[in-house]
Amino acid sequence: MSSLLEIKNLHASIEDREILKGVDLVVHAGEVHAIMGPNGSGKSTLASVLAGKEDYTVTEGSILLNGKDLMELSPEDRSHEGLFLAFQYPVEIPGVSTANFLKTAVNEHRAYRGDEPLDPGAFLALMKEKMKLVEMDPSFLQRSLNEGFSGGEKKRNEIFQMAMLEPTLAVLDETDSGLDIDALRIVAGGVNALRTPNNATVVITHYQRLLDYIVPDVVHVLWNGRIVRSGDKSLALELEKRGYDWIKNETAVEA
Amino acid sequence: MAQEQNILDEVVQSDYKYGFTTDIEQELLPKGLDESVIRFISAKKNEPEWLLEWRLKAFEQWKRMVEPTWPNVKYPRVDFQDIIYWAAPKKKEGPASLDEVDPELLATFEKLGIPLEEQKVLAGVAVDVVLDSVSVKTTFQDKLAELGIIFCPISEAVANHPELVRQYIGSVVPTNDNFYAALNSAVFSDGSFVYIPKGVRCPIELSTYFRINARNTGQFERTLIIADEGSYVSYLEGCTAPQRDENQLHAAVVELVAHRDAEIKYSTVQNWFPGDANGKGGIYNFVTKRGVCEGRNSKISWTQVETGSAITWKYPSVVLKGDNSMGEFYSVAVTNNHQQADTGTKMIHIGKNTRSRIVSKGISAGVSQNSYRGLVKILKVAQGARNYSQCDSLLIGDACGAHTFPYLEVANETATVEHEATTSKIGEDMLFYCNQRGIDTEAAVALIVNGYAREVLNQLPMEFAVEAQKLLAISLEGSVG
Ligand SMILES: Nc1ncnc2c1ncn2[C@@H]1O[C@H](COP(=O)(O)OP(=O)(O)OP(=O)(O)O)[C@@H](O)[C@H]1O
Ligand SMILES: [Mg+2]
Repeated sequence: MSSLLEIKNLHASIEDREILKGVDLVVHAGEVHAIMGPNGSGKSTLASVLAGKEDYTVTEGSILLNGKDLMELSPEDRSHEGLFLAFQYPVEIPGVSTANFLKTAVNEHRAYRGDEPLDPGAFLALMKEKMKLVEMDPSFLQRSLNEGFSGGEKKRNEIFQMAMLEPTLAVLDETDSGLDIDALRIVAGGVNALRTPNNATVVITHYQRLLDYIVPDVVHVLWNGRIVRSGDKSLALELEKRGYDWIKNETAVEA
Repeated sequence: MAQEQNILDEVVQSDYKYGFTTDIEQELLPKGLDESVIRFISAKKNEPEWLLEWRLKAFEQWKRMVEPTWPNVKYPRVDFQDIIYWAAPKKKEGPASLDEVDPELLATFEKLGIPLEEQKVLAGVAVDVVLDSVSVKTTFQDKLAELGIIFCPISEAVANHPELVRQYIGSVVPTNDNFYAALNSAVFSDGSFVYIPKGVRCPIELSTYFRINARNTGQFERTLIIADEGSYVSYLEGCTAPQRDENQLHAAVVELVAHRDAEIKYSTVQNWFPGDANGKGGIYNFVTKRGVCEGRNSKISWTQVETGSAITWKYPSVVLKGDNSMGEFYSVAVTNNHQQADTGTKMIHIGKNTRSRIVSKGISAGVSQNSYRGLVKILKVAQGARNYSQCDSLLIGDACGAHTFPYLEVANETATVEHEATTSKIGEDMLFYCNQRGIDTEAAVALIVNGYAREVLNQLPMEFAVEAQKLLAISLEGSVG
């Protein structure tokens, strides 16, 4: 198994405050990893740093995606190289329809690979097909991106976009939060349907519930800017029962 | 959709695309303005005595007027004696076909992407090309003539339809209306004239491409459009200009008259050289545009996409005289770098049940200043008048400014006036979200801005809307990051 993502000793700070304090993580093709951890531990920060958000300064360490040094790449090129981030808080873009936004995104990806833009007919067909995966109504295509979407609709829209862009590494930041019980099942089903032996998924979540649907190969606990424990899916069950204190205590003892 | 893709591709291009000069022999008058200059212009154009008198009267009025200082723009005072008031391409015998047109001129249009032939064939647009001051070529005149439509340079209209010109010129914008209008009336060189007879729907979009071409030549076009009872016309005006180091003054006057049940749709895409990134050079655009809805149920609609000029001072207005008449103003005004724009509209409600609608979308980037200035005036007699105004501002970056000056004068208590205003910003989060989906920042700005301006762009005829989208993208290049 080749490693798709390789994070080594990653340190990142924002406004001189260090948030990531030496993260190590290896994800292989075909795997699902879950990252759990208390609020404020740095999960979204890790996702943002992966995606190349400028606000964060990487002070130490390295990130390789498919063997490519991500630090060398702009956020858009990281996307072109197959990284997708489903945002914890998706942004609204007034006046830009979901369809137009995605057409632009998809065609930029195609251009990066040297492909011609999709013709409108083929594009529409593709969108309709992918919307089915997350049971999204085509009427959303005409609406301004995320504007006035409910919390759950925004999350669905993230996975729809993921389906359109077919990333090799998808990072889903609390995609389950805000989803009702049925939607959770549908969205998780969509994510599973997109899995192939060549891609991988990192799900950030607080709840074991999601992991019943998207079954992780590895579960990590991020605390205070470090991955302090990794285990199989039973770790998530244990966390659900016991909370984080025992890990914090054990970590404090080890340190 | 493929077209939109092309537009986004163009975003990567930089610098003012249309910056070049043509080398056509020019006939120039020395710099400066006095009565003899006006007599010279009038004589050059073989004008009748009444028009010379009209010009001279305007000149007398102008001499007693002072430049307005109320717009929210700053610029060095214009030296009106340092301007050339007459420049005409040296005329050979009038070209009967495109083959006879100066190849330099054709090459210029080639560079602008508006080859006449293509325009004619593809778009079905009759193009009245104004290069500097004299109209060089008018197409489709014959076809239009069959319908009784007159579409020609205003100088030709003076010769061939003097009664129409005399009746209407200055009837909407009087010679003493304002400083620049008075100046224009005194020295106007040429422009377009349109007359649509009763009950005729003009079958094609009438279009004029203006270019400013001679160094230090003030441009003083004068356009007059008359839509007689029950007629319809859509008129397009588009501008590009060569790159220049010195400021150039442009003070046009446009007058529209819509009679009973008539409709005039006037669309502008304005892309004059805005000055370089440091604010050097660029066109001063001080324009008076006004239409009068003379008859019942008449309608005048202004749509403008303003991306160019160093300074823009422009308020296309509608005087709603006829009962049930309707005025519209749709505007996108972009300012970037050091550009300054003070633009908006005036809707003057006089007739009963008159309606007006204002949709203004300002976009500011760089260290530019963008002001909306609008007046809605409802006279005491304007029973049941209605106005809806929406003024939105979009800011790109932290160093630019957006200002809104809505003036309301309502003298009739049955009137309804609604005003909405928003200010938004293209935030880092929005751009990062786009970046994460593989859309680079330039393309993201173009996408967001076009979305924001869509309501206005939708008002433009198709080919023009595409052109306008390109301009928005080009004019905002380098505004972020
Ligand atoms: N701009 C900022 N300035 C200072 N601190 C910041 C800034 N942005 C984030 N932080 C801090 O970084 C820490 C990690 O935040 P992050 O959003 O990564 O947490 P998280 O693990 O995703 O939490 P949650 O489970 O609540 O989503 C928090 O303490 C947060 O307050
Ligand atoms: Mg988070």
